[in-house]
Amino acid sequence: MKYMTRGMKIFRVFNYIFITLVSLSCFLPLLNTLAVSFSSPVAVSTGKVYFWPIEFTTMAYEFALKGGKFMRALQVSALRCLLGVSINLFMMITTAYPLSKSRQRFGARNYYMVFYVFTILFGGGLIPYYILVNQLGLLNSIWSLVLPLSVPVYNMIILMNFMRGLPHELEEAAMVDGAGIIRTLVNVILPVLTPALATVGLFSFVYHWNDWLTGALFMHDPKNYPLQTYLQTLLTNFSELLRQSGSDYYSLLSRMNEQTGRAAQLFLALLPMLIIYPFVQKYFTTGLVMGSVKG
Amino acid sequence: MIKRLRYEWPYHALLLPGVILTFIFSYLPIYGIIMAFQDYNPGLGFIGSPWVGLDNFKLIFSTPQFLRSIYNTFYISLFKIVLQTLASVSFALMLNEIRLTSAKRIYQTIVYIPNFISWVIMAGILLNLLATDGMINALIKAMGGRPIQFISNRSIFPWTIIITDVWKTFGFGTVVYLASITSIDPELYEAAVIDGAGRWKQTRYVTIPMLYPIIILMVVLSLGNVLNAGFDQVFNLYSPAVFPTGDIIDTFVYRLGLQNGKYAIGTAVGLFKSVISCTLISLSLYIAYRFANYRVF
Repeated sequence: MKYMTRGMKIFRVFNYIFITLVSLSCFLPLLNTLAVSFSSPVAVSTGKVYFWPIEFTTMAYEFALKGGKFMRALQVSALRCLLGVSINLFMMITTAYPLSKSRQRFGARNYYMVFYVFTILFGGGLIPYYILVNQLGLLNSIWSLVLPLSVPVYNMIILMNFMRGLPHELEEAAMVDGAGIIRTLVNVILPVLTPALATVGLFSFVYHWNDWLTGALFMHDPKNYPLQTYLQTLLTNFSELLRQSGSDYYSLLSRMNEQTGRAAQLFLALLPMLIIYPFVQKYFTTGLVMGSVKG
Repeated sequence: MIKRLRYEWPYHALLLPGVILTFIFSYLPIYGIIMAFQDYNPGLGFIGSPWVGLDNFKLIFSTPQFLRSIYNTFYISLFKIVLQTLASVSFALMLNEIRLTSAKRIYQTIVYIPNFISWVIMAGILLNLLATDGMINALIKAMGGRPIQFISNRSIFPWTIIITDVWKTFGFGTVVYLASITSIDPELYEAAVIDGAGRWKQTRYVTIPMLYPIIILMVVLSLGNVLNAGFDQVFNLYSPAVFPTGDIIDTFVYRLGLQNGKYAIGTAVGLFKSVISCTLISLSLYIAYRFANYRVF
């Protein structure tokens, strides 16, 4: 900017201040949760803790990591994400690739597409879905958390749009060299699609990690709960969990309480999102823009 | 035809696993809709349960709790869409005024973070912040105001839902709008400058009009989802005290159908919602295709 009027200078200052305040509002609640989780129960209940721990203690974390239930839920979630993301990636690739072909190259393409788009438009609703999974005998099994969600249609369409963006010559060259459809897909298409696969793979990781309802629906035994479903039960009765620690209860209570204990477990559960987020933000943005705003 | 199949069979083979699983988990439940017309009894199953015609629908439409959940769903959804759009567009425009690319990226990154946090975790954080003795109320008291019962006051609760949702998700819209702003042809701005337009007039007469198509597209697509007022969010924040203003169709179905075991009535409500949703989504996709050239396939 070569020349700025006074009005513009004032605007810029206010603009910066406003944007900073809004951004802080998105960030400070997380910082507050972190601070609470490391503070003593007395400091928290007297309202002294804002963004820095008061009377630092790691008790709430020790409780979470030793408590058994948290760790078990974490294991369920980890296994679920591993299975879920692998199945999702496999299904998205095998589905998006044929559908990225034009009708001239793959005659039945549009029938399959209608088959998938219909699932976005209409479904049986929550209760028939529940009854079906029940009749298949999947209740209480880890498969109930991954199989019903095995083909994420929106993400598949994002991947399909990425594939459509590739130049035809790439594939034709491979075909001319004698590679079949499957070999072309594995050896030519997938390697150049790494960013796209990272995008949809991470979307599906975020979905599986954050989903609590599927666990609440299909897991009748709380020991099979994935992390978010377990955390959901804590929102209403964390004190119950503390009381279950039996004889340690009173000594525990002097070093942590509901609020600090819950804050620690919430923070541990959102940590993976915070860790992967900076790395994948770039992919997320391109993926979103590619997928959602395609002419 | 045969020749075609000989060349194309690997495509069909690739598609097969996904088609089977989608058929099982997305198409078979549609069969369960017949429950909506039955007095469903799990012991008797779909075949044996007695048929009752439209009785379940008559029953739900005479249930005040259901009617108010429809009203709440529309109320919450529509205000979410309006405020969401306003917040995202204005924030994108403000971010666009920042010349420093690295600062722009940092702000964008930060406001996008809450999108990735589940509503369960967010609810845990918000219940703490918005409690009567929470940090927000401490701030209000420090400024001389009276504490607000964000979570338990039934006339405030819907707005707690609307505002926290806008706060959590506006970063997504900001990213999309900012990406569209970047792709506006610089020549338009040069022409505007030659005509003597300052920053404000450039924004008013170039940037905003150029954003209309994408804004309309985003609004139309969210209008298609108007019946999804945010199950995860409402379910994790509400309590019986705020049911009159906070209960939405999805939470109503969940409580009635699964927690109280009224399968048939819950399915009837679900079917009612599916039919309207299907119409709205088809309509929104059609409009998006017709006016913004947006296609899902």
